[in-house]
Amino acid sequence: MSPMVDFASVTVTYSGAVQPTLLDVNLQIDEGELVLVVGETGSGKTTLLRAINGLVPHFTGGTLAGRVTVAGRDTSTHRPRDLADVVGVVPQDPLSSFVTDTVEEELAYGMECLGILPDVMRRRVEETLDLLGLADVRNRPLLSLSGGQRQRVAIGAVLTSHPRVLVLDEPTSALDPGAAEEVLSTLQRLVHDLGITVILAEHRLERVLEYADRVVHVPGAGRPVIVGSPQDIMATSPVAPPVVRLGRLAGWSPLPMSVRDARRRAPALRERLHPPAGARGNVRSPSPPSLDSGRDCVISIDRTRASYGHVPALRGITLDIAQGEVIALMGRNGAGKSTLLSTLVGLRRPDAGTVRIDGVDPATMTGPRLIGRIGLVPQDSSDLLTRDSVAEECTDADRDAGMPHGSTQDLLARIAPEISAQTHPRDLSEGQRLALALSVVLVASPLVLLLDEPTRGLDYPTKERLSALLRDLAASGHAIVIATHDVELAAETATRVVVLADGEIVADGPTAHVVIGSPLFAPQVAKILATADGGDVPLTVAAVRDLLAVSG
Amino acid sequence: MTAVGVETAGVDLTAVRGPGGVRTRGRRRLPRALHPGAWWLWAAGLAIAASRTTNPLLLVLIVAVAGYVVSARRSQAPWARSFGFFLKLGLVVIAIRVLFQAIVAAPIGTTILVTLPSFTLPEIMAGVRLGGPITAESLIAALYDGMRLATILICIGAANSLASPARLLKAVPSALYEFGLSIVIAVTFAPQLVTDLDRIRSARRLRGRAIGGLRGTAGSALPVLEGALERSITLAAAMDSRGYGRQAHRSRMVRRTTGAALLGALVMVVIGTYALLDASAPAALGLPLLATGFILGGIGFALAGRRSIRTRYRPDPWTWPEWGVTACALATAGIVVAASVQGVSGLIAPVDPIAWPTVPAVAVLAILISALPAVITPPVPDSARGSRT
Repeated sequence: MSPMVDFASVTVTYSGAVQPTLLDVNLQIDEGELVLVVGETGSGKTTLLRAINGLVPHFTGGTLAGRVTVAGRDTSTHRPRDLADVVGVVPQDPLSSFVTDTVEEELAYGMECLGILPDVMRRRVEETLDLLGLADVRNRPLLSLSGGQRQRVAIGAVLTSHPRVLVLDEPTSALDPGAAEEVLSTLQRLVHDLGITVILAEHRLERVLEYADRVVHVPGAGRPVIVGSPQDIMATSPVAPPVVRLGRLAGWSPLPMSVRDARRRAPALRERLHPPAGARGNVRSPSPPSLDSGRDCVISIDRTRASYGHVPALRGITLDIAQGEVIALMGRNGAGKSTLLSTLVGLRRPDAGTVRIDGVDPATMTGPRLIGRIGLVPQDSSDLLTRDSVAEECTDADRDAGMPHGSTQDLLARIAPEISAQTHPRDLSEGQRLALALSVVLVASPLVLLLDEPTRGLDYPTKERLSALLRDLAASGHAIVIATHDVELAAETATRVVVLADGEIVADGPTAHVVIGSPLFAPQVAKILATADGGDVPLTVAAVRDLLAVSG
Repeated sequence: MTAVGVETAGVDLTAVRGPGGVRTRGRRRLPRALHPGAWWLWAAGLAIAASRTTNPLLLVLIVAVAGYVVSARRSQAPWARSFGFFLKLGLVVIAIRVLFQAIVAAPIGTTILVTLPSFTLPEIMAGVRLGGPITAESLIAALYDGMRLATILICIGAANSLASPARLLKAVPSALYEFGLSIVIAVTFAPQLVTDLDRIRSARRLRGRAIGGLRGTAGSALPVLEGALERSITLAAAMDSRGYGRQAHRSRMVRRTTGAALLGALVMVVIGTYALLDASAPAALGLPLLATGFILGGIGFALAGRRSIRTRYRPDPWTWPEWGVTACALATAGIVVAASVQGVSGLIAPVDPIAWPTVPAVAVLAILISALPAVITPPVPDSARGSRT
């Protein structure tokens, strides 16, 4: 049987690039496999995915040497539209790829293009609505859907054409943990029940690794692509989720791929970690500084309410944040996290209540006064960047902040030394762009640093550097607020977790206390090491390492 | 979740069985959306009626009828809220019309309310007179005229909020589909641009820069355009991967015939129209040429449509409610136009001297006929179920 997707010595070189993005890739994917593509940011994962339906090179330009065939069709002679009936592609941002306005019409759009008969279309739409659990939103405008629903509509919209291969680029990166589960269980059902071949790229391996049959590691920089079973790849891969890193640390073999695997092997480790009486606690995460310890309260929010039209976004939030604290602001999509951040920088005036940054109402501040007190890195960090090169951007930032020339460049060199000053900000990788945006914001040395979903699209090494940087910044007196869905980031960096739901604070306390009890917000290590009595457990692999070092 | 889904699907499957769509069974009518074309016809009927009268009472009646039908039959979709916007637009139109009358136009009547300082523009600007006496008669005339214009606009707004442009697109002939789609996408991009502009301005504030003024605007414009360009590329890639633009194979013969038919039709229609409008051209040439042009154009479109392999998902059926709405539109427009041709008094409100307009019963009746669609059409489906916005 010939493979469903076949890459035969494929090399992709974009025009103007010095070296090929993909070099001599040989890859055969069989029918009904779920293949996970991993790699650091900018390593060529997206290029690999887009080569499957011919978007590379038909749409993006560049040259593709070698041959890609899907279900026997060669992509050099078939354009993406000619492959639409065998390959379904779900792009990174579903909203920007929707063509129609309502769920049902979007599901039918692909079939209309393929000229499928009306009665067949009708039947498939109904089946897909049920399969993806979208029946009760069938008439809703796409704009009114939640993130998880949008992602499921985007999957459904390609499924109706009955493709034999489904390609997804980071399907869960923008979703909260609950919505991500929803999407992943849908995918698993497609593989198991319908025998669809699924190929997906994802950075949050902790979410998807356990579902994968095989893993393709794209190391980037022209090094050869490695294909293997999840266990084999994870044994050496620099990108690995906490469960794997804990397995490596504990010397488990074969490596666990899921929390369930790991828990079976964990009793011995739990035994070793169970600390002698009195010495419990999370060693790595600093204990939250309390207000009476003499630290200054830099953010104070008092009974703040905000709304969009008639829809309330914040319903009376009261929160005090001191210097040196790192707050993880969590909660599902639409819970009010971003609204709270924009209220903090004065982009929105609250309907009621007061917000004070260092004693001043942020809405009244502008220019250097504002950026010297508070800095926000928005969800899409490229919003902050407007110039044509990194160097110009840095010069601009120096001028905005009134700092001597070269300050931003120095800061950037400390955070991300590899960035060349002549690069266009758009050509930077996700992580590098974040580093540049951070430097631009930090050069004004704001008291308060806000980050909106900073780890979207970041690989593990970059994320670790970000965590370390944030901990350093907190130690030097900044107050940091991170709105995030990333429970691992929260476990690594936050001293305190605030959970929002429907515009209200539903949990507020030291990280360990808030996340350990929660099935959605607990990091993998805590899930693996949780004890029946619900006592304190380490939250990160680093914390486990420290504990092991202490206990010998 | 699945159980609920199956149940819902079951209901809807019975709802649209067969090409006739929903029929009344017993006394209960199943909710469905009316064919968008019917709504546009209905609005056109009201608009034609409005164009034939300056009687403010009749115009207000037309707006009331349109508003009544919209409130009875609009859906929960975002575009359905646009009626309010058109009402406000109507008020603005009236205000502008009255203002221009006061400042620029020559007055009629003798009841002078106030005299503005007047001056005449130099000959080179066509000697337009500005200011001067303002009479009650001319103000009233302008008010009526503005109301007529506003009413026509509001009728268009009513159609827009009852049937979105995107839904109208589904009824467009397939030869024009790709062209129509690009227009609809362009229209939906406009609100996105506003969101983008907002985001970029926020980002400028975060960098501590000015957001107002010339520099601020210039600094925001480029990133917004870049964003729009990038989004259109993403959308194009997504549409291509979903099979947009797949074409059926056509022989060279068919392609050439299509091209020739469309080009020929265009030439004939242009010449025919010219012959009809220009009194010096032979009248016998105009009509036949125009008719042939239209027939040829129809053939060309049909041939061009065969290139596309598109099928339509749940095309809106055209059954008796649509015919009913069409009949209402024809009745309203027909009766008012006929009345206006026969010179029924009261259609044109008296302005010089000013008098309380009389209301011709026949016109009132004609306009009220267009309120019937609020009752004879099936109710809208309840898409608000489970809505979270």
